Amino acid sequence: MATGNIPPVEREDYLNKHYGVGSWLFTTDHKRIALLYLISITFFFFIGGFFALLIRLELLTPASDLVQADTYNKFFTQHGMVMVFFFLIPSIPATLGNFLVPMMIGAKDLAFPKINLLSWYLYIIGGIMMLHCMVTGGVDTGWTFYTPFSTAFTNTKIVEAGLAIFIAGFSSILTGLNFVVTIHRMRAPGMTWTRLPLFIWAHYATSIIQILGTPVVAITIVLVAAERALHLGIFDPKLGGDPLLFQHLFWFYSHPAVYIMILPSMGVVSEIISCFSRKRIFGYSFVALSSISIAVFGFLVWAHHMFVAGMSVYAALIFSLLSYSVAVPSAVKVFNWTATLYKGSIHYDAPMLYAFGFLGLFTIGGLTGLFLAALGIDVHVTDTYFVVAHFHYIMVGGALMGYLGGMHFWWPKISGRLYPEGWARLAALIVFIGFNLTFFPQFILGYLGMPRRYADYSHMPEFQILNVFSTAGATVLGVGYLLPMVYFLWSMRYGKPASDNPWNAAGLEWQTQSPPTTFNFPEEPVVTWEAYNYDEIDKGQKEVPQVVG
Amino acid sequence: MFDNFPLWPDRASSMAGKVDALYIFLIIVSGMMTLLIFTAVVYFAARYRYRKGVPAEQIEGSTPLELTWTVIPMGVFMVIFIWSAVVYFKMRTPPRDATEVYVVAKQWMWKLEHAEGQREINELHVPVDRDVKLIMTSQDVIHSFYVPAFRMKQDVLPGRYTVAWFRATKPGTYHLFCAEYCGTQHSGMIGSIVVMEPAQFEAWMSGGSGGPLSATGEKIFAELGCATCHRADTQGRGPNLQGVFGKPVQLEDGRMITADENYVRESILDPGSKIVKGFKPVMPTFQGLVSEEQVNALVAYVKSVSQSGAATGKSAAATEPEGVSGKAQGSKVQ
Amino acid sequence: MAAHTESHNPALLHHFATEEQQRNSASFGMWIFLATEVMFFGGLFCAYLIYRRWYFGDFAAASTSINAKLGGANTAVLICSSLTVVLAIWAAQTSRRALMIGMLILTMLFGLTFLGIKGIEYADKFHEHHVPGPSFSFDHEEIPGNPGHYANPHHAQIFFALYFIMTGLHALHMVIGLGIFTWLLWAAWKGRFTPEYHTPLEIGGLYWHFVDIVWIYLFPLLYLIDRHT
Repeated sequence: MATGNIPPVEREDYLNKHYGVGSWLFTTDHKRIALLYLISITFFFFIGGFFALLIRLELLTPASDLVQADTYNKFFTQHGMVMVFFFLIPSIPATLGNFLVPMMIGAKDLAFPKINLLSWYLYIIGGIMMLHCMVTGGVDTGWTFYTPFSTAFTNTKIVEAGLAIFIAGFSSILTGLNFVVTIHRMRAPGMTWTRLPLFIWAHYATSIIQILGTPVVAITIVLVAAERALHLGIFDPKLGGDPLLFQHLFWFYSHPAVYIMILPSMGVVSEIISCFSRKRIFGYSFVALSSISIAVFGFLVWAHHMFVAGMSVYAALIFSLLSYSVAVPSAVKVFNWTATLYKGSIHYDAPMLYAFGFLGLFTIGGLTGLFLAALGIDVHVTDTYFVVAHFHYIMVGGALMGYLGGMHFWWPKISGRLYPEGWARLAALIVFIGFNLTFFPQFILGYLGMPRRYADYSHMPEFQILNVFSTAGATVLGVGYLLPMVYFLWSMRYGKPASDNPWNAAGLEWQTQSPPTTFNFPEEPVVTWEAYNYDEIDKGQKEVPQVVG
Repeated sequence: MFDNFPLWPDRASSMAGKVDALYIFLIIVSGMMTLLIFTAVVYFAARYRYRKGVPAEQIEGSTPLELTWTVIPMGVFMVIFIWSAVVYFKMRTPPRDATEVYVVAKQWMWKLEHAEGQREINELHVPVDRDVKLIMTSQDVIHSFYVPAFRMKQDVLPGRYTVAWFRATKPGTYHLFCAEYCGTQHSGMIGSIVVMEPAQFEAWMSGGSGGPLSATGEKIFAELGCATCHRADTQGRGPNLQGVFGKPVQLEDGRMITADENYVRESILDPGSKIVKGFKPVMPTFQGLVSEEQVNALVAYVKSVSQSGAATGKSAAATEPEGVSGKAQGSKVQ
Repeated sequence: MAAHTESHNPALLHHFATEEQQRNSASFGMWIFLATEVMFFGGLFCAYLIYRRWYFGDFAAASTSINAKLGGANTAVLICSSLTVVLAIWAAQTSRRALMIGMLILTMLFGLTFLGIKGIEYADKFHEHHVPGPSFSFDHEEIPGNPGHYANPHHAQIFFALYFIMTGLHALHMVIGLGIFTWLLWAAWKGRFTPEYHTPLEIGGLYWHFVDIVWIYLFPLLYLIDRHT
C-alpha cells in the first residue's frame, strides 16, 4: 500500500546536507546518530549471532566435539553479553527511538543533542572494549557472572568485560535521560499526553527503567571488579561475604532490563497495527497505562530468578505473587492489539506480518513466563532449556520481530526509499518458521531436564533429536535475518524513491519529508487532532494505492 | 509418556506427579489462550482485510471489556499461584524422620555420604518409598543438585547448607545433573540416583562403610579437643551439647535462634558471630582446619547426642519449611 | 531552516523554542541524572546496610578506628561549601559579579579542603594496614562494649572495603565537581552569567548539593556506629 512518487528535484535532507566522515562523527542530528547506532548494533547483532551459530553447531552432537568445553563456555557467555548489552538494550531506543521520538512529538531534536552523541561514543568505546576482551581471551562466566565463580575462580577477563558493560550502561542511561526530558518538555503545542503515539509512551516507560535500573548493575560490576582485584570478601563466603547478595543486586537491574528490551517493541507494534488496520488502537489509555505498569512492577519481581537459589520460602512466595501481577498488563496489551483488528481494514504489508508474528510469539513467550512464575514448576525447569526457550520467544520472537517490523515500517522515512515488498514478506515468513523450529523444541528439552550451558550431553543422547531440530531451525532463522540486510542495503541505491507518507500513516513523523530535513519541520507544528486519526485520514479516499516494490 | 518421543521425564518421586499435574494444567490454559489469540488474529485478519470502499470502524475501546480481560486473567493467575505455592511448600518442607544424606559439591563432582557412613561419588543409592533429606554444601562455587525424574532442584552454596528432600517411588536409575553453571566441566558434573527395592538396598548398605557418620564425627570431636570445653558431664567453658540440636538457643545479645545444621556449622567455622548467653567468646575458629566432610560428620555427631539412644542420623528438625527456622539465624541472605 | 528574524539570547540553543524551555529542560535533566546517582550509590548503601546488620559488632570495631573528628570536620566543610554555592547563584541572580566569583572560588577551596582531609584519613588507614588487600590486618581489636570479644578480621575487611569504595566513589564525584566548578568559574569570569541566564550555575549547584547530601548520609553510617563517648 506504499506509494512511490518520484520527487521532481533532489531535495535537501538530513542525509545529503553535509558530506564527509566528520559530518557524521561530530553530528548532533538525532537522525544521523540513529543511523550511527543502526550500523553499530547491526554489527554486534551479527557478532552475537555468530556465537549463536557456533553454539547450535556444537549442540548438533551430544559430545563436545566441535570445540572444548572451555571454548563453548565462552561462546554462550559472549553470545549473551553481546546480545543483551550491545544489541537488545540499545536496539529500538537508540535507532528507531532516536530517529522518531523528536519527530513524533513535533520537536526539532532531542533535548540534549550533544549528550545523544556522547551516548553513541560511550556505546562504541564499550563495544570496542568488549571486542578486545573477546579476541584476547574472552569470558566464561555466563552473561550473569555469578559469584564466587566470577570473583574467585575463573581466570578469564572479567574486569575488562565488566568495564565494557559499565561504559555501555552509561550510554543506555543517557539515552533514557534524554528521552524523558524531551518527552516532558519538548512536545509541540497541542501535543498533550493523551495525544502521544503509544510508541512514545513505550519509550517513556523504557527510559524510566534505563534511568533507575542501570546504575545498580553498574555498581555491582564495580564491586565484582574490586573483589577480583583486591580479594575482598563482599561476595565470597570464605571471607564473610554472601554470594546471594550478588544475585539480588544483579537481578535488581537485569530483570527490569528485559522490560527495556520488550517495551519499545510493543510501542512499534502499536504503531504498525493501527496503521495497517486503519484505526485507532483499541483501549489507547489502557495500553499506555500498561506500559507504565510494566515499568513499575518490573522492579518488584527480580528474585523470581532465585527461587532455588537458597532464598527463604516466604520471599519466594512474595516474588511469585508479584510476578503474576506483572504478567497482567502484558496480557491486556495483547488483547487490545487483537481487538484493534476487529472491524479494521487490514493490509498485509511486511511490517504488519512482523506485527502478527509478534502477537503470536510474544503470546507464547509470555504464557511460558507463567510456568516460570509458578514456584512448583520453576523448581523443575529453572536453569534448563525451558528458560532459554522462554526468553528467546520474548526477546527474539517479541523484541526482534518488533524491531524488524519497525525498520520496515519506517524505512521509507529513514532512507527515502522503498524496500522490495515481496522479498520482505518472504523474509518475515522465513524468520517466523525458522524461529519456531529453533526454539519450540527447547521447551520440551527443558522439561525433559536438559540443563542450560551444557557443552556436552553425551550422557543423555536422548536429547539429540530435539537439538538437531533446533539447530536446523537456527540455520533457517539465520537466512531470514540475512535477507533484510541485503535488500535494505540494495534499496538504498536501487529501491523506488518513497513519497513523504507512503503508508498514509498517522503521526507527526509522516508529516515530514522522506528523508526528513535536518530540523524535521519547516515550522513548529500545532496539534489539533487525536492520535491515530485514521478516520480523518481515510475520509474521502476511495482507494488506497497499493505498493509495487 | 510416549516412549519414543517423551514430553517429560520419568515420574519417580512423590512430587513428580504433583508437578506434572500443575504443568499439564498450565499447558491446557496456555494452549487455550494461544488458540484464542491465534484464532482471533487469523480470523480478524482475514475477515476484515482491506476491501475497496469499506472503511475501518473507529472503536475507542470498552472499559467493561478491559476490566473483564484484566480481572479474569488475574483470577486464573491466582489459581495457578496458589496451587503452585502449595506444591512448592511441600517441596521445601522436608518430612520428619527423613533419612539424611550429606552432599558436598565441588568442581566437578558430587561427593555424598550417608548417615550410616557409606560414601559415594556421583552416585546416590536410596531405597524406594523412603524420605531422603539432602544436606548440601559446596567446596567452591555455586552448584545445583538437579534430578529431573524427581522434579527436584536445589542450588548448593559455598559457606552454608541448603536442604532438599525427595521420596523416590519407582526403582531405577535416574540422571543427576549440576544445574548451576560452575566452570569448565559443568556439563561433566553428572551422576545417577539409583533407587532400589528395600531388600536390595539393605544388601548394598551392608557392603561396608566406615561406620555411621556420627561416629566419625565423635572421633573428630575428640581429636580436635572439642570435648575439653564442651563437656558432657559438667558445665565447661563451652555449652553442653547434649540435647541442644533442634532446640531454641538464647544468645548473649538477646536473640533466640534454633540450633539447626547451619547454626552448628557456623559455630564451628565462625564461633564469634553468635555467643550463647552466659558464655565467653573464647572458642577458636576451625575454618581451614576442617574439611566440609568433617564438618558434616561433626554436625551428625551433635545431632546424635540430642536424641535418646544411639545415633541414628534421623532428622529431628522442625517440619517448618527449610529456611524459616533460619529467620534469625545465619548471616546469609535469605 | 527558516531564518530567524527575531533576536534572542545567543545562549538559546537552536532546537529549543524558548529560553524557558531550555532552562527547564536543563534543570529536569540534572534532576534525572541525580536520580541515577542515587541508584548508583544506593547499591552500595544496600550492601553496607545488610552487612552492618549481620556483623554489627565487627563493623562497630572497624568504625571506631576511623577518625570521626576528621569526618565531622569534612561534614562541616561540605555544608559550608553548599552555602557558598547558593550564595554564588544568588549573586548571579542579583548581578553581583564579584560576590559570585568569590563564592565560586570559596566553594572550590572548601572542596579541596575536603579532599585534603580525606587524603589524610586515607593515609592513616594505609599506615594502620586497614586498606583491604594483601596487607590488610585487623587482629585483636575489641568490639566496643564487649571487652574480651574481638572482631572478626574478615568482617572488618568488608567494612573497610565498603568504606573505601563508598568514600572513594564520593571523592571521585567531588573531583568531577571541582572540574565542573573550574569551568563555571571561568565562564563566570568571562561574564557568561546574567540574571536572565545562569542555568549552568544552577545545575552545577544541584550536582554539588547532591554530592554534599551523599556525604551527609555516609558520615553517620560509616563513622558513628555505636559511639557512646
